[in-house]
Amino acid sequence: MLLPATLEEAVTALDKESTEPANEQKTRILAGGQDLLPELKDHLAEPETVVNVKGVAELGTDVRRSGDGFEIGALATIAALARNADVPAVLSEAAASIASPQVRTLATVAGNLCQRPRCWYYRSEHTVCLKKGGDECFAYAGLNKYNAILGGGPSYIVHPSDLAPALVALDAEVVTDRRTIAIGDFFTLPSESDPTRENVLGPDEIIREVAFTVAPGWRSVYVKFKERESFDFALSAVALALRLDGDEIAEARLVLGGVAPTPWRCRSTEELLRGRKIDDALAHEAGEDALGGAEPLEFNGYKIPLTKALIAKALRKLS
Amino acid sequence: MRVLELEVNGDQVEVGAPDHWTLLEVLRYRLGLYGSKQGCDKGDCGACTVLLDGEPVIACLTLAALCEGRRITTIEGLAPAHVRAGGRGPDPVQDAFDRCGALQCGFCQPGMMLSAWALLADNPTPTRGEINAALSGNLCRCTGYTQIVEAVELAIAEATGATPARPHWAKHESTPPKPASVDGREASR
Repeated sequence: MLLPATLEEAVTALDKESTEPANEQKTRILAGGQDLLPELKDHLAEPETVVNVKGVAELGTDVRRSGDGFEIGALATIAALARNADVPAVLSEAAASIASPQVRTLATVAGNLCQRPRCWYYRSEHTVCLKKGGDECFAYAGLNKYNAILGGGPSYIVHPSDLAPALVALDAEVVTDRRTIAIGDFFTLPSESDPTRENVLGPDEIIREVAFTVAPGWRSVYVKFKERESFDFALSAVALALRLDGDEIAEARLVLGGVAPTPWRCRSTEELLRGRKIDDALAHEAGEDALGGAEPLEFNGYKIPLTKALIAKALRKLS
Repeated sequence: MRVLELEVNGDQVEVGAPDHWTLLEVLRYRLGLYGSKQGCDKGDCGACTVLLDGEPVIACLTLAALCEGRRITTIEGLAPAHVRAGGRGPDPVQDAFDRCGALQCGFCQPGMMLSAWALLADNPTPTRGEINAALSGNLCRCTGYTQIVEAVELAIAEATGATPARPHWAKHESTPPKPASVDGREASR
């Protein structure tokens, strides 16, 4: 385990030539460890070197106001974000819905965005699925109750992060050691790039902070449905941000979680919402539009009516 | 192998442990503090919950190397801390769990009490919903949680001087059911 003191040292310690599937990288970053340790224990990751970034001076632990927005340090904990009453509701609600109080104490914002999928074929040490450099996504024809209904193929994972849809709804930016990435460009579909990865980060790239601005008049909400009430990943979730003009929607950002390999932005639905008043008819139309392109697998068709109901619920909460 | 300098229950300790060892492994297999239980060992059950700077963490998902320079509190530390602060006997949370019968097998108990303790340190008068949320990372497979939540509410009531609510099993105590007669004799209660 290395304990670099600066971002440059940390980046240098990571293997930038890595071409292995993401879980087999020889160097891995350790922040809160709440996803890395389970991967190590399940023998999904067996790195030669773990780069512990807790001592890296440039990586902040604060959620701080900056001008008309917020800058959230990569090492800010989920607990700190969940407790923060100043950030937009969609973000603190998403943070509070993550895992258990114990996990939130150590889990970090950057770690949450970079966590690996929960698909049981990925998490089983006995399979070499597409996500691990194999040839086949076993979920496609297998037990796919928890898998994608949108954007799937050739891998059908769903992105497990709750912060991801919330940050897309806030139009955030991810700042790394070398560049700033609009969050809409941060996550990658398995059909568009290396299916063993879920984002555009290079093997030696480190998130430094997440930033977004908050324009006046916007309101937001995060609605998450879990199979188990106590703590769980989302079966489906809705991050919704609206700017209301009187009781008409002037602008909307609608993002789904738990249903696609990335946070799933519903741009056509956002257009549909514009200029309309929130009522039951609109809630119904929005759900139909957002899920119009859904292609369920054998066991996850329930996610379609579930997600429609969550969209309606999110709209009602902001009306 | 590296030497870690840790603060456990107010004591400074030096332990040698491999880099990949978790806090739970160091507590149990270097320091002999077996109160923190090794349940699922993958972050699902909460039986290994300890406090890090007063906040609950899953010791089996916490690398020991991340804990240097931070205060670690295990279940073994609660009663001594209570006594050091001028109290007598066990910590009030432990006492309430004992009196409410908030355990059967006891495996979840240390983690459960530490989660409850951290909640009350942060929020002395939580609602039942807040208690449920604070304990949501601790699984109990025996009790059905009712007595556990009642124990936390008893600790709150006693700390704030309020009258403790009756436990659910004593709801009808003022009008006890008449004992059924068995074979003409009164059944023993």
